[in-house]
Amino acid sequence: MPPKRITIRDHTAEANLFARRTVIALLGIAALIVTLVSNLYYLQVTKYTDYQTRSNGNRIKVLPVAPNRGLIYDRNGLLLAENRPTFSLEVVPEQVEDLDSSLQRLRELLGLSEDDILDFREELKHHRRFRPVSLKARLTHEEVALFSAHQHKFPGISVEARLTRHYPYGETLTHLLGYVARINKKDLQKLVEAGQADNYAATYNIGKQGVEKFHESKLHGQVGYQEVEVNNQGRIIRTLKFQPPVPGEDLVLNVDVKLQQVIRDALQGFRGSVVALDPRNGGVLALYSNPSYNPNLFVHGISSKDYQKLLQSRDRPLINRATQGQYPPASTIKPHLALLGLEKGVITEETRMFDRGTYKLKNVERPWRDWKKWGHGWVDVKKSIEVSCDIFFYDLAYKTGIDNISEMMSQFGFGDYTGIDLYEESAANMPSRGWKRARYNEPWYIGDTISVGIGQSYWTTTPLQLAKSVTTLVNRGTRYVPQILRGHYSNNKLHLAAPKELQPIVLDSPDNWQVVLDAMYGTVNSDHGTARNAFKDTEYVSAGKTGTAQVISIGMDEEYDEETIADHHKDNAMYIGYAPFENPEIVVTVAMENAGGGSSQAAPIARKVMDYYFANKESGNYAAQ
Amino acid sequence: MLRSKLEPHANSIWHRLHIDLPLFLALLVLMGTGLVVIYSAGGKDMDLIIRQGIRLGVAISVMLVLAQIPPLAYRRLSIHFYVVGVLMLIAVLLIGTVGKGAQRWLDLGFMRFQPSEIMKLAVPMMVAWYISRFNLPPRIVNIVVGFLLMAIPTLLVAKQPDLGTSLLLASAGLFVLFLAGTSWKIIGTLAALASAFAPIMWMFLMQDYQKQRVLTFLNPESDPLGSGYHIIQSKIAIGSGGIQGKGWLQGTQSQLEFLPERHTDFIFSVFSEEFGFTGIVLLLILYGFIVVRGMIIAMRAQEAYSKLLAGSITLTFFIYVFVNMGMVSGLLPVVGVPLPLISYGGTSMVTLLAGFGILMGIGTQKRLLSRE
Repeated sequence: MPPKRITIRDHTAEANLFARRTVIALLGIAALIVTLVSNLYYLQVTKYTDYQTRSNGNRIKVLPVAPNRGLIYDRNGLLLAENRPTFSLEVVPEQVEDLDSSLQRLRELLGLSEDDILDFREELKHHRRFRPVSLKARLTHEEVALFSAHQHKFPGISVEARLTRHYPYGETLTHLLGYVARINKKDLQKLVEAGQADNYAATYNIGKQGVEKFHESKLHGQVGYQEVEVNNQGRIIRTLKFQPPVPGEDLVLNVDVKLQQVIRDALQGFRGSVVALDPRNGGVLALYSNPSYNPNLFVHGISSKDYQKLLQSRDRPLINRATQGQYPPASTIKPHLALLGLEKGVITEETRMFDRGTYKLKNVERPWRDWKKWGHGWVDVKKSIEVSCDIFFYDLAYKTGIDNISEMMSQFGFGDYTGIDLYEESAANMPSRGWKRARYNEPWYIGDTISVGIGQSYWTTTPLQLAKSVTTLVNRGTRYVPQILRGHYSNNKLHLAAPKELQPIVLDSPDNWQVVLDAMYGTVNSDHGTARNAFKDTEYVSAGKTGTAQVISIGMDEEYDEETIADHHKDNAMYIGYAPFENPEIVVTVAMENAGGGSSQAAPIARKVMDYYFANKESGNYAAQ
Repeated sequence: MLRSKLEPHANSIWHRLHIDLPLFLALLVLMGTGLVVIYSAGGKDMDLIIRQGIRLGVAISVMLVLAQIPPLAYRRLSIHFYVVGVLMLIAVLLIGTVGKGAQRWLDLGFMRFQPSEIMKLAVPMMVAWYISRFNLPPRIVNIVVGFLLMAIPTLLVAKQPDLGTSLLLASAGLFVLFLAGTSWKIIGTLAALASAFAPIMWMFLMQDYQKQRVLTFLNPESDPLGSGYHIIQSKIAIGSGGIQGKGWLQGTQSQLEFLPERHTDFIFSVFSEEFGFTGIVLLLILYGFIVVRGMIIAMRAQEAYSKLLAGSITLTFFIYVFVNMGMVSGLLPVVGVPLPLISYGGTSMVTLLAGFGILMGIGTQKRLLSRE
């Protein structure tokens, strides 16, 4: 067959060639199918569990659900801390088609400020694109209505409702209730350490001060979980499982908010505080510090301008003066010291001395002066308390000695935390030889003891400590921890918390209690009592003791001149009191900074508190537990 | 004798209508399966099903019409198709409409038209026509010419750029050369040349997005939220289907939209997720049956042109299947090749069924020569 010539085609040969190639092609196809199937077998059978897990990981998200925070009521059932729905404008960036144009239009619609938008853009950088970012918090009802009407023009932007804490009584209860605010890094670290981080996974706010902080564990509740199916944009398609959260306990306080309001009004214009306790169980009826501030500012994040204002105010509104203020107790501790003198036998009920206005010790040049320049004349222990004679107590302190004073006053709770259910508390200071050595590396001088006799020198107390010590006096040694919490509601029933009793003070001669209490009765009810004017014509019988504390020491030869002395150097006005005289139900302490005299300034405020208490005692829920 | 065994119903009504019944039924089952999967993948969108149904109707009609035309008529028209097709491809590059980042469309005023689809049939017709003019196996010069006839449209389409289609054009041409009996020596040489050509293609011919796809294919986990996302989600869909599958309409990867391109290029992932390994095996058996049936038709065809064309159409059909399944399961880089007769979409459907129409025409032609 010559190669160049066209030959007749060998169809059989060609068909055989084609058939061979077909078989080879089919074998190749079989090989490719085997490859495909092996790979698919590997994915679907060998690695099935892995891919199933990844598939579920894609679609199933476990979302924590925040429990509703427990509510707080006063003793009469008035709501002090509630959860209110607040509305915020939230943006899911991924679902917004044209963010710039949407923002521009929202700006016109709702009057968003440049700052709102800048803040939002900053937030945006730290969020996944399918997670909502808050554009504007706390919308007004008008804004909600306005936006809702235009909702369809803003895909990916919506109004979200969330429960937020609100304190309807505002500043009246701030130092007592405290407030909740956004959980910060430090809070988070503490929660992690306490193993509570999971429980707070959905929670925005945490108690920062006051009852809100102290009783956080009761108020918060238990987090719930929602297992949801989401699509590729993170949108929830359906709920697979739901474990509801357990709401926090609803708490009831011993506090009477109306009484609290009376105190707030009475203290306007002063820096000071009032504490009212129920001596029968230590319940805190009122605890108010002035000036106060609006706790609601903190719930939504206080602006730095407002915060600076509070921080830098000379009146220091952030301090809880009732528990953190440290004042010389001044003459208010004369009853306590008298009790000590009687108990130690330093004085008796009949011990008398003549007060010429000065007290001198042998070998000491400088005399100590009475607040009354010319003295009180003949005084015994009762009269010394009634007229607040200083000389008698210089002598008493001198003879009793600092060691005895320090020991017994510590039993009354001075120099130590009261144990109230608040973290914002100071222990103040009950001085002793050991303390002075440790603090100043100096010996204790006799002169120090003498000043301690009238509640000055290194001795400081908080108004709450004073109030607690008075409950011990009127209870004749039985001691209670002051308690704000009265109980909690569960299943619509009030469960009362048990009063916390402390080791009582037991006297060798219990009659001594009555001597001191009678003297306090005289302070209010005798002709020469320092509080007689303040408590004239009351419907009830009360007892008490005034105090006027020097803030700066005045030289022996100087006169105290109210006119020329700077306002911040004026005396602190103090008062302790209780009523009724028989079977007391309320103990009140008043401490006012730089207000002047205890009898003229502090006692009238204590009276207002007691007046309100007895006028409303029938309608209020004051029964002892 | 042999023929009567292979073809027991040679004179049946189907044969006279030029319909290959086994092939036709297999295609119908496949298309029905497609509609079922599209319904699930498209989010139960009935509009989608109706539109696809209309396309199927059109495509089946085209198939049945083409089946009536005797293969000799195609042979005569091969060169005309091819020349017009190449001219249109050039026109596309010059004046074509841009869509999806590539120039693929030619606007004819009344309709938009993708000339590369015509080439899917014109290339194997042209190469088969040319090769079958000479005795088989072809001589080297014929092979070179045949290769060039394939390469010209392939490069034009690759330039659009449409990597998937150019791959199919190349396959169609090469299958003709292979079936014609190109010696293994030449096949080996070509393979060596191709691998030498690869780096050149990488550097000069491939677009950035194509390079990215290849890189992503080599390591999808390197960019799980970016370009690797598709393939990772697709593998999760397939793998989580397991042996039984999650059930129709129950595939979470597809129903919750974690899968991209669910009703088009990635429909096989939806199928695998919902029907599992069992479903895949059945589907592959169906595809395998179609391929085997196509090759039987090719073998039984009487003259070389028909054999080569039928064989090429059938094998290229399988390339569709392999490339699509391979790419969504991570064996191959992602190139835009649909799963034939299952994926949603019109143009490729018409071309595919037109091919099967030609195949049926070849299978039911009148016997001019007796083999005995």
